Amino acid sequence: MNKTTLYNQHAALGATFTDFGGWEMPVRYGSDLAEHEAVRNSAGLFDISHMGEIVVVGAQAADFLDNKLINLASKITSGRAKYSMLLNESGGIIDDLIVYRLSEEEVLIVANASNKDAVSADLVPTGFDCIVEDQSDKWSMIALQGPKSLEVLDRFVSEPITIGYYSIGRYILGESEVLIARTGYTGEDGFEIYCQNDQAESIWETVLNNPEVTPCGLASRDSLRLEAGMPLYGHELDDNTQPSEAGLGRAVVDREAFQGKSGLREPTKKLIGLKGEGKRAARQGYAVMEDNQQVGEVTSGILSPTLGYPIAMAFTTNLETKPGDKLMVDIRGNNQEFIVVELPFYKRVN
Amino acid sequence: MYPENYKYSKEHEWVSVDGDVATVGITSYAADALGDVVYLDLPSVGASTVYLKICGEIESTKSVSELYSPIDGEVVEVNDAVSANPEMVNSDPHGEGWLFKVKFSELSGELMSASDYQKMVG
Repeated sequence: MNKTTLYNQHAALGATFTDFGGWEMPVRYGSDLAEHEAVRNSAGLFDISHMGEIVVVGAQAADFLDNKLINLASKITSGRAKYSMLLNESGGIIDDLIVYRLSEEEVLIVANASNKDAVSADLVPTGFDCIVEDQSDKWSMIALQGPKSLEVLDRFVSEPITIGYYSIGRYILGESEVLIARTGYTGEDGFEIYCQNDQAESIWETVLNNPEVTPCGLASRDSLRLEAGMPLYGHELDDNTQPSEAGLGRAVVDREAFQGKSGLREPTKKLIGLKGEGKRAARQGYAVMEDNQQVGEVTSGILSPTLGYPIAMAFTTNLETKPGDKLMVDIRGNNQEFIVVELPFYKRVN
Repeated sequence: MYPENYKYSKEHEWVSVDGDVATVGITSYAADALGDVVYLDLPSVGASTVYLKICGEIESTKSVSELYSPIDGEVVEVNDAVSANPEMVNSDPHGEGWLFKVKFSELSGELMSASDYQKMVG
């Protein structure tokens, strides 16, 4: 199994590990509820070096990606980021991506660990003046998330961080020249730091060694993103699901041609948010029932640490489903009522 | 780390005997593996329990696990405090985080000593 550059740091902190996309990753260091809470109230530090970094460089880098992705890389100004997707010819999602325009001729694409080979294999720039390079083995990625993130990072950077949400810039952090992006997967303000592998250990130690910062594993990353209503590939997204079905139809920029366009059709299912009572979570794979008929399945579910009640995302084949509707979820043989709610479940105040 | 005067099942429950009543809980190994426990479904007072048969559920933030009874008997008391505050299973699995008490006549010979259990979980 793959290990990130920071594996020894995690082991020394007493992490419990799990296999995630072929990587041995920290699932928690102590209590995943405490880690979740640290991100909501202070700051949490995540090693997410398993993510894939694919770089597209050349005069036609953005034009090439315009042909491939659901939205337009050419419309992203330098220093900005966009959430995007790569579709297969049937309109199904190969992966969801963050696309950073580093400069006119340089684009950084961040892919999920388990999909980065598929993304990289699909991005063949025949006929375009650019090259595509999977640089995942060279990069480490460290996320600092939570309301205290900016205050903490500003202690160690050569100049104050001024970038806004979904922007990226070059900074000197400690001794290291890095890319810092104001992006994340938690629903809080926060940053993702892209660095070379040999810089990762010193950055990790520098940032972690602050009273506001708690090391956080993938368990809290998952509960945080779920509260924030963010999809996770393999749960809400897969190669049989179209963007419109996952509630992301608006992200698709309609135009003459792009990969997967001809496969796009009317949705056959709808992603919904569910809110329950009590303490029992509806978990992935549990049946969603309406009028005693199964209409779908839960894709992710948890007892929300922040809200205190069960939340879930699910697909239903009833496209008329709307907030306020009541559905049942079969929780290991017991039908429990859930109410359909708007996503996200949690939104930060500021 | 595992109390010497308890007996242990291969499904990671512990048993502490006092006369003909045994107290049952899950081990710190099991609690750590589950992560933060958020919900417990425990047997009711009066229910019969059978050795290594499912008698409840333990739900953590990330997973649901079956609770197996380490003993044949009848439930005489349930720890309401731990049902209300499931995090006690993590904070004190061998003490305040006990789950239920069973009136019994015989212990299974397969239960392990603390040192044998320690060997099993490594």
